[in-house]
Amino acid sequence: MSGMLNLFTDPNLQWILIGSMLLGLSTGVIGTFAYLRKQSLIGDTLAHAALPGICIAFMLTGVKSVGYFMIGAIVAGMIATVGISWITRHSRIKQDAAMGIVLSVFFGLGIVLLTQIQHSSYGNQSGLDKFLFGQAASMTASDVYTMTGVAVLLIVACALLFKEFKLISFDSGYARGLGFSVTALEQLLLWLVTVAVVVGIQAVGVVLVAALLITPAVSARYWTDRLGVMTVLSGLFGALSGAIGTWISAGTDQLPTGPLSVLTASALFVASVLFGPRRGIVAKIVRRYSAKKEWAAENGAESLPESKTGSSVKDREVSA
Amino acid sequence: MTTNSRLSPLSVTNLTVAYQKKPVVRNVTFEVAEGELIGIIGPNGAGKSTLIKAILGLQPVLTGETLVYGKPYKSQRKLVGYVPQRESVDWDFPTNALDVVMMGRYGHLGLLRRPGAKERAIGMECLSKVGMADFAGRQISQLSGGQQQRVFLARALAQDATLYFMDEPFAGVDAATEKAIITLLNELKKQGKTVLVVHHDLATVDQYFDSVMLINGEMIAYGPTATTFTEQRLQEAYGGRLTFIKSHQAEEPAATARAGR
Repeated sequence: MSGMLNLFTDPNLQWILIGSMLLGLSTGVIGTFAYLRKQSLIGDTLAHAALPGICIAFMLTGVKSVGYFMIGAIVAGMIATVGISWITRHSRIKQDAAMGIVLSVFFGLGIVLLTQIQHSSYGNQSGLDKFLFGQAASMTASDVYTMTGVAVLLIVACALLFKEFKLISFDSGYARGLGFSVTALEQLLLWLVTVAVVVGIQAVGVVLVAALLITPAVSARYWTDRLGVMTVLSGLFGALSGAIGTWISAGTDQLPTGPLSVLTASALFVASVLFGPRRGIVAKIVRRYSAKKEWAAENGAESLPESKTGSSVKDREVSA
Repeated sequence: MTTNSRLSPLSVTNLTVAYQKKPVVRNVTFEVAEGELIGIIGPNGAGKSTLIKAILGLQPVLTGETLVYGKPYKSQRKLVGYVPQRESVDWDFPTNALDVVMMGRYGHLGLLRRPGAKERAIGMECLSKVGMADFAGRQISQLSGGQQQRVFLARALAQDATLYFMDEPFAGVDAATEKAIITLLNELKKQGKTVLVVHHDLATVDQYFDSVMLINGEMIAYGPTATTFTEQRLQEAYGGRLTFIKSHQAEEPAATARAGR
């Protein structure tokens, strides 16, 4: 309990809180488009592909710097996505299978490199594994500044290019016909997702970061039929997950912030599936029930006069 | 090619498209006249949609040139409107009918500029032209198939193009929608616009179209409906494929020879 109160006084916890919220906000906003473009797994692929990229960046520079890591992760992510589109274009393998293949190859390579790093003397390697597998508690003021920059970049990009991103998500062929350079826009979107994933890795790790990208977006879809509202809601759900995750983590001794944020996002998802106003399960049951009742009432209204006349006939017989 | 008299809205020369190694559309050459409704007819797998997609640059081509009003398609995009097959998009997308129609204006707006009141007004006008004004705010997944088709048509109208391509707009729609579409096509024609329509219902071809293009991989025939849409030509377009399947090796050179005629 004292930890929960500390949240508002302890400067360290405040950084973590702000960082987690900004992260959730960024991944939520950009995740909306990844989800609608049916690329839910792209976040997972990019996160796993980032692992060898970050390892190689570390081996080359010998320092743990988010900037270098980001470059390594972006290069690796680009190679991974090019690999996926190459596989789908030159074979009969579908995109999901291609993602599965590429994702595991990169992750395997990353683990090999990580083990290599740990068994040799590459600069100051302590804590690299913690970075890769997520530790929000290690976030410092400078990490939060980076996250602020990333959040601003993602939100400004999505706001400015909202119309373009909407169009390529709904009907990319039509967008090309209108003269938009769809390939460039798709690359930009992919690049933005990669940036979000890389900053997310530090907080929740390569395995869980995909959840922050997809879960808020899927939840938001349950509450609205408008893309703008959905994007904002998704960002809010992400930020809320980060805040609640940090809050619970601060109140307990040993529970990690990142995974708690992911669990919170999942809880929000379950609530959305259940209570979404039109698509939610409860709303569906209620609609079904009221439709049934209405139908019964209408049919009842038709059969009622019949039974009445029937009974009145009987009554007459009795009286006669 | 296009040097003769007035510029044709669309002139295609030696267009060949292949998905894998085998060409799906072979050596297609044609030029359309302005202000006509043109039906593109042929059996399944004849390459009708592929032809349209290749002309619009949505499908890479092996060879061939496409000129729109005498200039390469890429520089004339604003003049060209496209109505894709309804199934080509996910209708569960979080948006409403008016919003989809306003997408037709995005090309005119260009990068970064947002649609505003003017675009809304154009969108509403186009929706009412297809009889869908009452459905402007409706989530698109809650529209029927015919209504979705009309939304796509309204979107193409909003684009205010002069040359239109429509990929099977009549597929799976009811009589009311079919009538709405054909009224619209005739209105476009009255405005001097040229419309190419991929069409499947052979019974309505002679009522709907000024010209027909019979294709089956290659161009079988192209010309005014009255003289081109004949039993013999249809036999060539549809029956030819049957013999083609029967004797794969032997028939291929014969088919190529026919195209050269």
